[in-house]
Amino acid sequence: MGKKRKTPGINGSSSADIAFMLLIFFLITTSMDTDKGLARRLPPPVPKDQKNDADVDIKKRNLLVVLINSNNQILCGDQFIDIKQLKEKIKEFIDNPYNDEHKPERVEVDVPFFGKKMVTKNHVISLQNDRGTEYQAYINVQNEIAAAYNELRDAVSKEQFGKAFADLNDEQQKAVQQIYPQKISEAEPKNYGAKK
Amino acid sequence: MPELNTSSLPDLVFAFLFFIMMVTSMREVTLKVEFHAPQATELQKLEKKSLVTFIYVGKPTRDLRAKMGSETRIQLNDAFAETSEIQDYIAQEKSSMKEEDQPFMTVSIKADKETKMGTITDIKQALREAYALKISYSAAQRVD
Repeated sequence: MGKKRKTPGINGSSSADIAFMLLIFFLITTSMDTDKGLARRLPPPVPKDQKNDADVDIKKRNLLVVLINSNNQILCGDQFIDIKQLKEKIKEFIDNPYNDEHKPERVEVDVPFFGKKMVTKNHVISLQNDRGTEYQAYINVQNEIAAAYNELRDAVSKEQFGKAFADLNDEQQKAVQQIYPQKISEAEPKNYGAKK
Repeated sequence: MPELNTSSLPDLVFAFLFFIMMVTSMREVTLKVEFHAPQATELQKLEKKSLVTFIYVGKPTRDLRAKMGSETRIQLNDAFAETSEIQDYIAQEKSSMKEEDQPFMTVSIKADKETKMGTITDIKQALREAYALKISYSAAQRVD
C-alpha cells in the first residue's frame, strides 16, 4: 500500500468492433432515400365572400377538361380515353402544331434565346376528379400530364441547346418554361356519380 | 510478409460512422397507417428536408384496426387527426420554421394508393386555407 500503482491501459482492440456495430445499427435504421414525388402548386384560397365561379372566364378552345370518375375512367375533352393515349392528347393540346381552331390559340411571345415564338400561353388543363376516384388513378393522370410537358420541353431544349431540359441552366430553363408554361388547374371538388 | 498495421482501423470506421450519422435522417414518427405509395415516372426530388412537412394518409395498421376501424385516416406527427386539425398543424409547423424559410415550406402528402380522392381533396382544401401551397404527391418510381 501507499505505493503509487500504475493504471493499466485500456485495451482498445475491441473499439473497432464496437464502432462496427454502431455503424451497422445506423446503416439499418437509416432511410437514405430522399423523398420523391410530383410537385404541384395549389391555388390560393378563394375568399369566403367571393363566389366560386368568378374566376372562370376562359375561352372554350383554351380549356381541356380531364375528368376522372369514381370508376377511374378518364374523360378527356368529351371522349373516354385510355391512360396510354392521354399523353399524346395532352401534347397535341398544349402544342397545337397545326393551329387547329379548336385547340388553344397561339400568341406571339418574345422569348430570350428563341426570339419570337408562337406560344399557347393561355391554355389551361383542368383536372377534375370525383370523391370516389382512387388516388393511384389520379397520380397516373398527373404523371401523364407532367410527362407531356416534360417531353415537349425536352424536345424544344434539344432543338435549341442540344441538351435535355434538366441539364439547362436556370435562364435557359426559364425561357423553355415560357414556351411551355405548365398550367394545370386542380378544380374545386365536385361530387357526381358517387357510388353509394 | 510484414503484418498490416490495423491500429488506425477504429478511427477509419468512426469517421465513416459519423458520415452515415450526418446524412441520415431517422424517421421520427412511427407510422400508424398502412401506406403503399402510388407509382409514377416523372418524379422530382424534394430539395430540403427541413422544409418538408409530412401528412400520412391510409388505413390504420393491422394492430390498431380493432380500435380505429379500417376507414382511411390521416396521421399528423404521431397521432391520428381529422381534416379540421390540418390547418392548425400546418400553422404550428410553419411558425417553428425560420421566417425566411416559411415561403418555401413544402407539404408532402404521403397517401396510400387506394385512398379515395375525397380525403385528398379535403386535405388539399385545408392546405389552401392554411396557405401551404407548395405540395408534393409522394410517389415511388415505377419500374416497367
